[in-house]
Amino acid sequence: MIRNQLLICAGGACITSGEKSVKDVLVEELAKNGIQDEVQIIETGCMGACDLGPIVVVYPEGTFYQKVTPQNAGPIVSEHLVKGRVVSGLLYRQPTSETRAQTREEISFYTLQVKRVLRNCGVIDPLSIEEYIARDGYFGLGKALEIGPDAIIQTIQESGLRGRGGAGFPTGIKWKAARDASGSPKYVVCNGDEGDPGAFMDRSVLEGDPHSVIEAMVIAGFAIGAATGYVYVRAEYPLAIERLEVALTRAREYGFLGRNILGSGFDFDIEIRIGAGAFVCGEETALLRSIEGKRGMPSAKPPFPAQAGLWGKPTLINNVETYANVPPILINGAEWFRSVGTAKSPGTKVFALAGKVQNTGLVEVPMGTTLRELVFDIGGGIPGGKAFKGAQTGGPSGGIITADYLDMPIDFDSVKELGTIMGSGGLIILDEDNCMVDVAKFYLAFTVDESCGKCTPCREGTKQMYQIMERITDGKGTPNDIGKLKTLGRVIQQTSLCGLGQSAPNPVLSTIRFFPDEYRAHIEDRKCPAHACLHLLTYSVVSEKCVGCTACARQCPVQAITGQVKKAHVIDQATCIKCGSCYEVCRFDAILKE
Amino acid sequence: MKSLEELKRIKEETLKAMDLRQAKDRGKIVVAMGTCGIAAGAKDTLMAVIDELDKAGVHDVQVVQSGCMGLCDREPTIEVSMKDQPSVIYGDVDDANARRIVREHVQGGQVVAELVIKRGNL
Repeated sequence: MIRNQLLICAGGACITSGEKSVKDVLVEELAKNGIQDEVQIIETGCMGACDLGPIVVVYPEGTFYQKVTPQNAGPIVSEHLVKGRVVSGLLYRQPTSETRAQTREEISFYTLQVKRVLRNCGVIDPLSIEEYIARDGYFGLGKALEIGPDAIIQTIQESGLRGRGGAGFPTGIKWKAARDASGSPKYVVCNGDEGDPGAFMDRSVLEGDPHSVIEAMVIAGFAIGAATGYVYVRAEYPLAIERLEVALTRAREYGFLGRNILGSGFDFDIEIRIGAGAFVCGEETALLRSIEGKRGMPSAKPPFPAQAGLWGKPTLINNVETYANVPPILINGAEWFRSVGTAKSPGTKVFALAGKVQNTGLVEVPMGTTLRELVFDIGGGIPGGKAFKGAQTGGPSGGIITADYLDMPIDFDSVKELGTIMGSGGLIILDEDNCMVDVAKFYLAFTVDESCGKCTPCREGTKQMYQIMERITDGKGTPNDIGKLKTLGRVIQQTSLCGLGQSAPNPVLSTIRFFPDEYRAHIEDRKCPAHACLHLLTYSVVSEKCVGCTACARQCPVQAITGQVKKAHVIDQATCIKCGSCYEVCRFDAILKE
Repeated sequence: MKSLEELKRIKEETLKAMDLRQAKDRGKIVVAMGTCGIAAGAKDTLMAVIDELDKAGVHDVQVVQSGCMGLCDREPTIEVSMKDQPSVIYGDVDDANARRIVREHVQGGQVVAELVIKRGNL
């Protein structure tokens, strides 16, 4: 007889922060107290609040323990489970008061979310197909087989679901095109090649709820008339691959894959294809080449994959998050799906909240939620009372949303008007300490690295832009550099073969548009206002404030600081490597950083 | 798996195993598990409450543990709080009494008067 269930978050971030050792301690403590048969431990997918991990939730109360370590995990058993005393030291402390939250329902990070895609993540055991079924899993497939391909596609079209991988293309139109395309066999592909730095919603869905993707792909196969599906996942996601493999095996055992699915006469199976982690393979035509065993390089569209995809055959390709939306739409209907979100972007979006924000992690909110709600209400604001400067959306393919647009509802179309893209949902929060020129340079370096080299504008153009950016941050920029960047950027956008090149200039163009003064400061004044660009930075000693304690001189790794005890010190600028350790160690505010 | 009926059956069966994680809003039974309570047999009481609820097919009442309520001479003690009713604290709740309280109070709606220590919140 089980009286308590302990849910331990076994998402990637919690595993990294020691979930396995915490679990070992809990298992040991349960045995020590003789209650191992009364308490069940369940490892779930990502619970979202990654900075609070490892997380342990005790049911039936739902007590939410955060930042659990092997050292402090014992009392969860010896106090809570044995003696009924909540271990208050492990509860989440509310940011605005001294009180502590008992359950997830008391934490604003959770209460403001609407979990549809992440409905099962952190709630069920991802290795248990039964728990997925208990949460209405595979009932969407049952419904789909009952209503038939045309009605499935009509439902998806009416729902207004748009591709969550970045571009926001209407999913129903894609499905219809693949169904209408002539050619056989047809294929269903899942794009799990999540490449944006900082985005990890697809990984979390595959790790925490793999059956939701499998179910949707079977539905898609039935709708377009395909018998084979491929999930393309990058090799950097070993846990996602492992859990997906278990899920595929279980789905075959239960007859959701294979021959004559649910007695319908429909046959379908899925294989995993592991990518080597090239950003360009997130582009659909490159991804399809990679599945074929060829080098992952994009090709011109049209023909679109729906007409000529894998091995030249009609292929339906959707992103992980898009697929995870499908089963509930079939169960609950298009109207239900449209009940949240905006008119043109219905439903929810999962964002990976990262950067300069209190609560980092995975959050799912209705489309049309404002950046202010995301950053301040759910994210808990900027640490250290610093000022919000902007949010980078869409990773290296996107741009900045500035503080002026904090109250703008975010959906596919509104972010496009600001010169950025929704992308896969990466949301990097930047504060006053971030230099926008430096941020843009960082993303450009990423695309220079990841450009496949097939077309000249992307291969050569991004490299040229990067060299200009490097010149500017080195303090060697010239006044016409901004104009050059704009021209190059426009040409690359218009002439590159695929989305990678077409969007690569976005971070630079977006920061030039919204932060022209920062570029000018770098070029004209040779200063970095955010003190982030090392070459434009000097550290010096304010002799009136320096008491000669010698702390900085002892700390300096290159012996650039000289001076006698109790007398003002001096930094030799030629030797200084601008590491900032003197600035950090000085207790008298005597180091000037400018 | 050949039919939707089979799918529904698996769903119902698994929901029972996942029962602890579902929202339970009809009521709550708190078993005092201080040292005094445990010494007096509160662990058996706890398991008896859970077992009896399960046998009766009651899935919307939460069973949780608490520390000592301060009524050490009447241990094991439990507090039954059904929705929209004042809570009732019972003393001397051994296995048999626990099962009786579940049957009569939780299911039947009748407070087991002879075991009551206090009505209303402490």
